[in-house]
Amino acid sequence: MRDDIKAETVTITGHGGDQIEAYQAQPLDQEKTGAVVVIHHMPGYDSWSKEVVRTFAAHGYLAICPNLYSREAPGASPDDAAAAVRAKGGVPDERLVGDVEGAANHLRSLPSSNDKAGVIGYCSGGRQSFLAACSLPLDAAVVCYGAFIVGTPPEGFPIKVTSLEPLAAQLSCPVLGLFGAEDQHPSPEEVTRLEEILKKQGADFEFHSYPGAGHGFFATDRTSYRPEAANEGWEEIWEFYGRNLGTGAN
Amino acid sequence: MCTYETETLNLQGSGKGAQGWFAVTDASVYFDHPVHAQSEHTLNLDFLNPALGPGARVALELGADSALALADAIKEVVAAGQRPAQVAPAG
Repeated sequence: MRDDIKAETVTITGHGGDQIEAYQAQPLDQEKTGAVVVIHHMPGYDSWSKEVVRTFAAHGYLAICPNLYSREAPGASPDDAAAAVRAKGGVPDERLVGDVEGAANHLRSLPSSNDKAGVIGYCSGGRQSFLAACSLPLDAAVVCYGAFIVGTPPEGFPIKVTSLEPLAAQLSCPVLGLFGAEDQHPSPEEVTRLEEILKKQGADFEFHSYPGAGHGFFATDRTSYRPEAANEGWEEIWEFYGRNLGTGAN
Repeated sequence: MCTYETETLNLQGSGKGAQGWFAVTDASVYFDHPVHAQSEHTLNLDFLNPALGPGARVALELGADSALALADAIKEVVAAGQRPAQVAPAG
């Protein structure tokens, strides 16, 4: 296949019927293919998140990243938007689910969609990817170093996150988890706990933890970037999505 | 971004951002990944006025040692500024 793509900013219908901004990329060849919703990390809808969207399209997938901060900070720079949302306690879970659903439906409506949709999220988006997979009918979910999927945040914790353990039984699709062995958010203990829960319920999942990598090892624009772990992680993603979203890509 | 450790507080003061001076009403203090500083984690300060929009923001990302040194310096300078002036006796 060729890796020619078209990338653009679009408006989609998110939670509650709100019109929100999103960044979309699609392969130029119109073969039927799967869709990937990219959930951006807590620093926001930034240039790296958009690069990830383009990477999925270059590998043959329809891809979109909704701007989860559209409502609080329309048109603001990503870091200002992230600061405004952090000060307000983060993105509510219910709204996240509605925005991911809107993004997945948007991609499924495109002519080259094969009706399959997956999700991937990084950092806070890793937890939100698991949340979406427990709340929506999806075909595949990738969790990249998401914290607070299990366990309870300390008392007085300012960001409104809760454990997703009560939702785990509703998981709708296979899960690929990619973690840094040196990360403390989530810690290796948290990752093991999640693994135990998924095993117990007979879920279809696979986890990989990379030695020498901490949090954010995929982020090429940060000092946390670990190319070896990131490259291995990308290979796992291509294999996992290829199997569950039904496209061969390259 | 993921220690999530964040404190928020109300402030009274002013800050100079990209659009010039504005009244600062809120601050966020958090230890997490920076946007610009080349460290895995920094102490991040956002001085904000939410009523004026997300762009009304002065941001700082400081290494942990720098942040603690700054906190000490602020306490010392504010205490010194609030002490009554010492007038040396004549002669």
